[in-house]
Amino acid sequence: MKAKIIVTPKQAVVDPQGKSVQNALQYMGYKDVGAVHVGKYLEIELPGADKEAWRRQIDDACLKILSNPVIEDYRFEIE
Amino acid sequence: MNFAVLQFPASNCDQDALHAVKGVLGQSARFVWHKENSLAGFDAVIIPGGFSYGDYLRTGAIARYSPIMQAVRDFAAQGGPVLGICNGFQILCEAGMLPGALVRNRSLQFRCEHVFLKTAAPDTPFTGKIAAGKILRIPIAHGEGCYFADEAALENLQNNGQILWQYCDAQGELTERANPNGSLRNIAGVCNAARNVAGLMPHPERASEAILGSADGLLIFQSLLAWFENRMAKAA
Repeated sequence: MKAKIIVTPKQAVVDPQGKSVQNALQYMGYKDVGAVHVGKYLEIELPGADKEAWRRQIDDACLKILSNPVIEDYRFEIE
Repeated sequence: MNFAVLQFPASNCDQDALHAVKGVLGQSARFVWHKENSLAGFDAVIIPGGFSYGDYLRTGAIARYSPIMQAVRDFAAQGGPVLGICNGFQILCEAGMLPGALVRNRSLQFRCEHVFLKTAAPDTPFTGKIAAGKILRIPIAHGEGCYFADEAALENLQNNGQILWQYCDAQGELTERANPNGSLRNIAGVCNAARNVAGLMPHPERASEAILGSADGLLIFQSLLAWFENRMAKAA
Protein backbone atom coordinates (compact mmCIF):
# COMPACT_ATOMS: atom_id res chain seq x y z
CA MET A 1 0.00 0.00 0.00
CA LYS A 2 0.92 3.63 -0.27
CA ALA A 3 0.04 6.71 1.72
CA LYS A 4 -0.48 9.69 -0.58
CA ILE A 5 -0.21 12.89 1.42
CA ILE A 6 -0.91 16.45 0.32
CA VAL A 7 0.31 19.36 2.45
CA THR A 8 -0.90 22.87 1.63
CA PRO A 9 -0.27 26.31 3.15
CA LYS A 10 -3.14 27.56 5.33
CA GLN A 11 -5.30 30.27 3.78
CA ALA A 12 -4.12 32.85 6.34
CA VAL A 13 -0.45 32.31 5.46
CA VAL A 14 0.84 34.51 2.67
CA ASP A 15 2.11 32.25 -0.09
CA PRO A 16 4.53 34.28 -2.23
CA GLN A 17 5.43 31.21 -4.28
CA GLY A 18 1.79 30.71 -5.25
CA LYS A 19 1.48 34.40 -6.09
CA SER A 20 4.53 34.23 -8.37
CA VAL A 21 3.19 31.18 -10.18
CA GLN A 22 -0.17 32.92 -10.62
CA ASN A 23 1.59 35.98 -12.07
CA ALA A 24 3.58 33.79 -14.45
CA LEU A 25 0.44 31.97 -15.59
CA GLN A 26 -1.36 35.23 -16.26
CA TYR A 27 1.66 36.63 -18.09
CA MET A 28 1.66 33.50 -20.28
CA GLY A 29 -1.91 34.18 -21.29
CA TYR A 30 -3.92 32.13 -18.80
CA LYS A 31 -5.54 35.39 -17.84
CA ASP A 32 -8.49 34.04 -15.88
CA VAL A 33 -6.61 31.85 -13.37
CA GLY A 34 -7.26 32.67 -9.73
CA ALA A 35 -5.04 32.29 -6.67
CA VAL A 36 -2.40 29.54 -6.79
CA HIS A 37 -1.35 27.63 -3.69
CA VAL A 38 1.91 25.70 -3.81
CA GLY A 39 2.09 22.72 -1.46
CA LYS A 40 3.84 19.38 -1.17
CA TYR A 41 3.01 15.86 -2.20
CA LEU A 42 4.50 12.89 -0.35
CA GLU A 43 4.20 9.18 -1.06
CA ILE A 44 5.08 6.67 1.63
CA GLU A 45 5.29 2.96 0.91
CA LEU A 46 3.58 0.86 3.56
CA PRO A 47 3.93 -2.90 4.10
CA GLY A 48 1.00 -5.15 5.07
CA ALA A 49 -2.71 -4.64 4.54
CA ASP A 50 -3.96 -3.05 7.77
CA LYS A 51 -5.25 0.23 6.34
CA GLU A 52 -6.83 1.46 9.57
CA ALA A 53 -3.70 0.96 11.67
CA TRP A 54 -1.65 2.85 9.05
CA ARG A 55 -4.28 5.59 8.88
CA ARG A 56 -3.76 6.32 12.58
CA GLN A 57 0.02 6.26 12.26
CA ILE A 58 0.14 8.46 9.16
CA ASP A 59 -2.25 10.96 10.75
CA ASP A 60 0.03 11.10 13.79
CA ALA A 61 3.12 11.55 11.58
CA CYS A 62 1.39 14.32 9.60
CA LEU A 63 0.70 16.23 12.81
CA LYS A 64 4.15 15.67 14.30
CA ILE A 65 6.53 16.14 11.40
CA LEU A 66 5.14 15.90 7.86
CA SER A 67 3.21 19.15 8.27
CA ASN A 68 3.42 22.10 10.64
CA PRO A 69 -0.12 22.79 11.93
CA VAL A 70 0.77 26.45 12.55
CA ILE A 71 1.11 27.14 8.83
CA GLU A 72 -0.11 24.08 6.93
CA ASP A 73 -3.11 21.77 6.41
CA TYR A 74 -2.83 18.19 5.24
CA ARG A 75 -4.97 15.41 3.83
CA PHE A 76 -4.10 11.89 2.76
CA GLU A 77 -5.33 8.65 1.28
CA ILE A 78 -4.08 5.14 1.75
CA GLU A 79 -4.47 2.87 -1.24
CA MET B 1 29.62 30.94 32.46
CA ASN B 2 29.57 27.79 30.38
CA PHE B 3 27.85 27.86 26.95
CA ALA B 4 26.74 24.88 24.87
CA VAL B 5 26.72 25.53 21.12
CA LEU B 6 24.71 22.81 19.40
CA GLN B 7 25.87 21.29 16.12
CA PHE B 8 23.51 19.63 13.66
CA PRO B 9 24.46 18.28 10.25
CA ALA B 10 24.77 21.49 8.16
CA SER B 11 24.91 23.95 11.04
CA ASN B 12 27.18 26.66 9.66
CA CYS B 13 27.28 29.46 12.23
CA ASP B 14 28.44 27.20 15.06
CA GLN B 15 32.08 28.36 14.83
CA ASP B 16 31.04 32.02 14.82
CA ALA B 17 28.74 31.56 17.81
CA LEU B 18 31.46 29.75 19.77
CA HIS B 19 33.94 32.50 18.89
CA ALA B 20 31.54 35.21 20.07
CA VAL B 21 30.97 33.72 23.53
CA LYS B 22 34.46 32.26 24.02
CA GLY B 23 36.83 34.53 22.12
CA VAL B 24 34.99 37.83 22.53
CA LEU B 25 32.88 37.44 25.67
CA GLY B 26 35.68 35.43 27.35
CA GLN B 27 33.49 32.65 28.72
CA SER B 28 33.87 28.90 28.43
CA ALA B 29 32.01 27.12 25.66
CA ARG B 30 32.03 23.89 23.73
CA PHE B 31 30.24 22.30 20.82
CA VAL B 32 27.56 19.72 21.59
CA TRP B 33 26.83 17.27 18.77
CA HIS B 34 23.11 16.73 18.11
CA LYS B 35 23.40 13.01 18.89
CA GLU B 36 24.42 13.77 22.48
CA ASN B 37 21.68 13.66 25.06
CA SER B 38 22.89 15.65 28.04
CA LEU B 39 23.46 19.33 28.75
CA ALA B 40 24.73 18.76 32.29
CA GLY B 41 27.17 21.44 33.41
CA PHE B 42 26.03 24.11 30.97
CA ASP B 43 24.56 27.48 31.94
CA ALA B 44 23.16 28.47 28.54
CA VAL B 45 22.44 26.85 25.19
CA ILE B 46 22.89 28.44 21.77
CA ILE B 47 21.28 26.82 18.73
CA PRO B 48 23.23 28.38 15.87
CA GLY B 49 22.30 29.19 12.30
CA GLY B 50 22.72 27.00 9.25
CA PHE B 51 20.66 24.68 7.14
CA SER B 52 20.22 21.68 9.42
CA TYR B 53 19.31 18.57 7.42
CA GLY B 54 19.42 20.64 4.25
CA ASP B 55 16.17 22.39 5.28
CA TYR B 56 14.41 19.26 3.96
CA LEU B 57 10.64 19.12 4.52
CA ARG B 58 10.64 22.49 6.33
CA THR B 59 13.41 24.50 7.99
CA GLY B 60 14.17 22.96 11.38
CA ALA B 61 11.54 20.22 11.00
CA ILE B 62 13.94 17.28 11.18
CA ALA B 63 16.50 18.77 13.58
CA ARG B 64 13.84 19.18 16.24
CA TYR B 65 13.71 15.39 16.59
CA SER B 66 17.47 15.03 17.16
CA PRO B 67 18.33 13.40 20.52
CA ILE B 68 19.81 16.60 21.99
CA MET B 69 16.47 18.41 21.65
CA GLN B 70 14.95 16.43 24.54
CA ALA B 71 17.84 17.66 26.69
CA VAL B 72 17.19 21.22 25.46
CA ARG B 73 13.54 20.85 26.44
CA ASP B 74 14.50 19.65 29.94
CA PHE B 75 17.14 22.38 30.27
CA ALA B 76 14.56 25.04 29.38
CA ALA B 77 11.93 23.52 31.69
CA GLN B 78 14.37 24.05 34.56
CA GLY B 79 14.72 27.72 33.63
CA GLY B 80 17.98 27.51 31.67
CA PRO B 81 18.33 30.13 28.93
CA VAL B 82 18.18 28.91 25.32
CA LEU B 83 18.92 31.21 22.38
CA GLY B 84 18.10 30.16 18.82
CA ILE B 85 19.70 32.15 16.03
CA CYS B 86 18.31 32.00 12.47
CA ASN B 87 18.00 28.24 11.82
CA GLY B 88 18.09 27.85 15.62
CA PHE B 89 14.99 30.07 15.81
CA GLN B 90 13.31 27.94 13.14
CA ILE B 91 14.15 24.76 15.08
CA LEU B 92 12.72 26.17 18.34
CA CYS B 93 9.48 27.14 16.55
CA GLU B 94 9.19 23.71 14.92
CA ALA B 95 9.80 22.13 18.35
CA GLY B 96 6.91 24.16 19.75
CA MET B 97 9.26 25.76 22.28
CA LEU B 98 8.51 29.14 20.71
CA PRO B 99 5.19 30.24 19.21
CA GLY B 100 4.68 30.79 15.49
CA ALA B 101 6.62 29.68 12.43
CA LEU B 102 9.09 31.06 9.90
CA VAL B 103 7.99 30.87 6.27
CA ARG B 104 9.40 31.90 2.89
CA ASN B 105 10.38 35.57 2.65
CA ARG B 106 7.58 37.52 1.03
CA SER B 107 9.98 38.72 -1.68
CA LEU B 108 11.00 35.10 -2.38
CA GLN B 109 14.59 36.38 -2.23
CA PHE B 110 17.35 35.20 0.07
CA ARG B 111 18.17 38.39 2.00
CA CYS B 112 21.73 38.94 3.19
CA GLU B 113 22.27 42.43 4.59
CA HIS B 114 22.47 44.50 7.76
CA VAL B 115 19.14 45.44 9.34
CA PHE B 116 18.12 47.67 12.22
CA LEU B 117 16.39 46.19 15.25
CA LYS B 118 14.34 47.70 17.99
CA THR B 119 14.37 45.84 21.31
CA ALA B 120 10.84 45.76 22.63
CA ALA B 121 11.33 44.01 26.00
CA PRO B 122 14.31 44.70 28.28
CA ASP B 123 13.30 42.25 31.02
CA THR B 124 14.73 38.99 29.64
CA PRO B 125 18.07 37.18 29.97
CA PHE B 126 18.74 38.19 26.35
CA THR B 127 17.98 41.90 26.46
CA GLY B 128 18.94 43.19 29.93
CA LYS B 129 22.08 45.01 28.74
CA ILE B 130 20.45 46.72 25.77
CA ALA B 131 19.83 50.35 26.69
CA ALA B 132 16.31 51.71 26.21
CA GLY B 133 15.95 53.20 22.74
CA LYS B 134 19.17 51.63 21.46
CA ILE B 135 18.80 50.56 17.81
CA LEU B 136 20.87 47.47 17.02
CA ARG B 137 22.53 47.04 13.62
CA ILE B 138 22.88 43.31 12.94
CA PRO B 139 23.06 41.25 9.73
CA ILE B 140 20.47 38.81 8.47
CA ALA B 141 21.05 35.95 5.99
CA HIS B 142 17.95 33.89 5.30
CA GLY B 143 15.38 32.82 2.74
CA GLU B 144 12.76 31.73 5.25
CA GLY B 145 12.52 34.35 7.95
CA CYS B 146 9.00 35.66 7.53
CA TYR B 147 7.46 35.33 10.97
CA PHE B 148 3.91 34.02 11.02
CA ALA B 149 1.48 33.37 13.86
CA ASP B 150 -2.28 33.67 13.79
CA GLU B 151 -3.92 36.88 14.97
CA ALA B 152 -4.79 35.52 18.44
CA ALA B 153 -1.22 34.31 18.97
CA LEU B 154 0.17 37.68 17.85
CA GLU B 155 -2.09 39.54 20.29
CA ASN B 156 -0.92 37.21 23.03
CA LEU B 157 2.73 37.84 22.19
CA GLN B 158 2.19 41.59 22.18
CA ASN B 159 0.23 41.65 25.43
CA ASN B 160 2.73 39.44 27.26
CA GLY B 161 5.76 41.38 26.03
CA GLN B 162 7.10 38.34 24.20
CA ILE B 163 8.07 40.25 21.08
CA LEU B 164 11.75 40.93 21.81
CA TRP B 165 13.05 42.38 18.55
CA GLN B 166 11.39 44.09 15.59
CA TYR B 167 12.77 45.27 12.25
CA CYS B 168 12.87 49.06 12.12
CA ASP B 169 14.55 51.86 10.20
CA ALA B 170 17.61 53.76 11.47
CA GLN B 171 15.30 56.02 13.47
CA GLY B 172 13.54 53.13 15.16
CA GLU B 173 10.30 53.34 13.15
CA LEU B 174 8.62 50.01 12.38
CA THR B 175 8.10 50.61 8.67
CA GLU B 176 7.14 48.24 5.88
CA ARG B 177 10.34 49.17 4.07
CA ALA B 178 12.54 48.21 7.02
CA ASN B 179 10.95 44.78 7.13
CA PRO B 180 13.23 42.51 5.04
CA ASN B 181 11.03 39.43 4.82
CA GLY B 182 7.38 40.31 5.37
CA SER B 183 7.30 39.25 9.04
CA LEU B 184 3.99 40.03 10.72
CA ARG B 185 4.30 43.06 13.04
CA ASN B 186 7.94 43.36 11.85
CA ILE B 187 8.86 40.56 14.25
CA ALA B 188 12.54 39.58 14.18
CA GLY B 189 12.63 37.68 17.47
CA VAL B 190 10.35 36.40 20.23
CA CYS B 191 10.58 34.61 23.56
CA ASN B 192 8.43 32.03 25.32
CA ALA B 193 5.99 32.87 28.13
CA ALA B 194 8.59 31.95 30.77
CA ARG B 195 11.05 34.36 29.04
CA ASN B 196 14.02 31.95 29.10
CA VAL B 197 13.77 30.66 25.52
CA ALA B 198 14.29 33.17 22.72
CA GLY B 199 14.88 33.09 18.99
CA LEU B 200 15.75 35.67 16.37
CA MET B 201 16.48 35.62 12.64
CA PRO B 202 19.34 38.19 12.68
CA HIS B 203 22.85 37.00 13.57
CA PRO B 204 24.23 38.69 16.71
CA GLU B 205 27.38 36.53 16.52
CA ARG B 206 28.19 38.15 13.18
CA ALA B 207 28.06 41.57 14.80
CA SER B 208 30.02 40.99 17.98
CA GLU B 209 33.27 42.83 17.24
CA ALA B 210 34.07 46.26 15.78
CA ILE B 211 36.16 44.60 13.05
CA LEU B 212 32.95 42.99 11.75
CA GLY B 213 31.38 46.39 11.20
CA SER B 214 29.15 46.29 14.26
CA ALA B 215 29.49 45.06 17.82
CA ASP B 216 25.81 45.53 18.64
CA GLY B 217 25.16 41.79 18.71
CA LEU B 218 27.54 41.38 21.61
CA LEU B 219 24.95 43.16 23.80
CA ILE B 220 22.76 40.06 23.57
CA PHE B 221 25.56 37.79 24.80
CA GLN B 222 26.54 40.35 27.46
CA SER B 223 22.91 40.35 28.60
CA LEU B 224 23.09 36.58 29.08
CA LEU B 225 26.31 36.91 31.07
CA ALA B 226 24.88 39.67 33.29
CA TRP B 227 21.72 37.63 33.87
CA PHE B 228 23.83 34.62 34.86
CA GLU B 229 26.11 36.62 37.21
CA ASN B 230 23.06 38.17 38.82
CA ARG B 231 21.54 34.73 39.37
CA MET B 232 24.81 33.45 40.88
CA ALA B 233 25.02 36.46 43.20
CA LYS B 234 21.47 35.86 44.40
CA ALA B 235 22.19 32.17 45.00
CA ALA B 236 25.38 32.94 46.99
